[in-house]
Amino acid sequence: MSALMRTSLLTSWQGWLSLALSLAALATLPLLDPDAVARFAPMALFAIFALSIAGAVVSFLPLPPLFLAAAIFVFCHLSTSILISGLSGNEGKAATAFFLMIAANWLLAWRCVSLLSEIRTRSRFADGLLGLAIPAIFGAWLLILWEALTRGFGVPFILLPPPSSIGLRIAASLSILWADVQQTIFKAVLAGYILGCSAGFVVAILADRFAFLRAGLMPIGNLMSALPIIGVAPVMVMWFGFDWQSKAAVVTIMTFFPMLVNTVAGLSASGTMERDLMRSYASDYRQTLMKLRLPAAMPFIFNALKINSTLALIGAIVAEFFGTPIVGMGFRISTEIGRMNVDMVWAEIAVAALAGSLFYGVVALAERATTFWHPSNRGG
Amino acid sequence: MTTQDTLKSRILPVATVVLVIVAIWYVGAYFMNAPFQRDLDRRGNVTSTPMEFLGKTMSQPKPILPAPHQVASNVFENTFLRSVSSNRSLVYHAWVTLSSTLAGFGFGTLLGILIAVGIVHVRALDRSLMPWIIASQTVPILAVAPMVIVTLGAIGISGLVPKAVISTYLSFFPVAVGMVKGLRSPELIQLDLMRTYHASAAQTFWKLRVPASVPFLFTSMKVAIAASLVGAIVGELPTGAVAGIGSKLLAGAYYSQTIDIWAALVAGSVLASLLVAVVGIAGKIVNRNMGGKPT
Repeated sequence: MSALMRTSLLTSWQGWLSLALSLAALATLPLLDPDAVARFAPMALFAIFALSIAGAVVSFLPLPPLFLAAAIFVFCHLSTSILISGLSGNEGKAATAFFLMIAANWLLAWRCVSLLSEIRTRSRFADGLLGLAIPAIFGAWLLILWEALTRGFGVPFILLPPPSSIGLRIAASLSILWADVQQTIFKAVLAGYILGCSAGFVVAILADRFAFLRAGLMPIGNLMSALPIIGVAPVMVMWFGFDWQSKAAVVTIMTFFPMLVNTVAGLSASGTMERDLMRSYASDYRQTLMKLRLPAAMPFIFNALKINSTLALIGAIVAEFFGTPIVGMGFRISTEIGRMNVDMVWAEIAVAALAGSLFYGVVALAERATTFWHPSNRGG
Repeated sequence: MTTQDTLKSRILPVATVVLVIVAIWYVGAYFMNAPFQRDLDRRGNVTSTPMEFLGKTMSQPKPILPAPHQVASNVFENTFLRSVSSNRSLVYHAWVTLSSTLAGFGFGTLLGILIAVGIVHVRALDRSLMPWIIASQTVPILAVAPMVIVTLGAIGISGLVPKAVISTYLSFFPVAVGMVKGLRSPELIQLDLMRTYHASAAQTFWKLRVPASVPFLFTSMKVAIAASLVGAIVGELPTGAVAGIGSKLLAGAYYSQTIDIWAALVAGSVLASLLVAVVGIAGKIVNRNMGGKPT
């Protein structure tokens, strides 16, 4: 036995454990309770065990890590997909062996992720691809475990619907979800975000110009960022009515202070040397601001824009809990939970998560394009 | 810096800005409440002098924008003049919110530290979990609040725990991110020194990484406790909870008790500032006892 072989036998403890779990599952067959309607066909049963055990055995082989990871990936996911597809019609009928097999496959996936994260690449493209693949496998397993546990144990639908039925609900009610997105995001969030950020920016420029104003505003701005500003939502609903204007007002107030504080901090980010250079060019306040200090402040401003993208969504959705017309994401969440349509609530949350990530992503892309000169964006 | 300088460079500007805000608030209160007052006067066939009219706009029972002194007197009344166990006492509501805030903050901090330790030591976790932790914060997580409350209520858990769960979720993130940064803050040269001492991973962790991460921990705990309070308040909204600052806001919104809403807002703000200040002071004391440079 070569040294290489010995090390891979030792490091793949997930493989050993997975093998042990597969054997334990074999000993405690069947996979489903005796009163289950549709049993696993012998071929499917054989395939599940053969694939998992093959995955575990492969993980001991002294092969290149990328090849190993790919092989384990295919084996454990094929096995899992056969397992889960066998659940349909048998909700809540899964036996111990079923969960042992899920655990065995999960361990294999873990081994796969460990192998992938050990890989060192030279090219940035491959690095980016790995950076996507590793969290994607992790996220997929969260969903798989969720699906297997809720359906395997027959968790009541009200408590936690399985991801597959949430997906079906999203597909079935796209038009409602789209209307909610339009109301909450395209009207309330965007209007408030633009207003709040630009107001914060303008006040920051003023505060930068007048030292007295800065000394007075900054402590208050810092204090405000710790306060539960979201509490003004009922007041805004009273002032501006039930429609999107009141939500935009809440978002404006919430996004104002992070922008103010960050921009003021950013405007003092340029070095004394650079400012002295501008002085020696006899540039006036405006020129220094436009050509040196604002560009230098861009990383800070984008930081505020990123923080605000999340705050804005939260503000708009929570403000809708206090009263809305009959459309909007917060409205949908609070009414559907009252009717116990939990899958609709989850669908709405999934959409909110997607919208939040997209919003954040757009701001991050804009940052890449604007502050390409910054060390954190230049890469190695 | 002498006291004279502090007065001039710090307190004076802040006091001026606060005064300006209060002045704007009064003017705003007059203009927002005036139309309703005029309407009221016309119906009652009352003609009042401008001064009387001004006074009336500042003393409506349910104004659109209550004047600062109305809010102040409401806060004072409900904080000091009521027995602490009374349902109208702000201290009582603040305590209810505070208890779930602290429970959530405690669990969140613990969870955040554990996650950070895992991320720093297990490479697979770093590559697979870290992106999701960051992504989890681009999600408007407060939207989940009603569901957490109702779902946990359905299996018989209500009261403090569901709110604390929301607070935990909001507060673990800053701690996790800050601690990852803190545990990685020792420089290569220091880590090399530990290697030359033949220190084990545990020794390096306890003697180098943990002490280095303490300032980061307290900075992120300040953010976390503020987030935790927001979580607790929002957690009180969807169920029409019986007590807490959030329920006070909701009740005020239902019955148009604007002065109560503003008083609850003031109570929440005071609570937030106190909590952040306490964490800050604790951080300073720990830092000094560990021999850190006073800042």
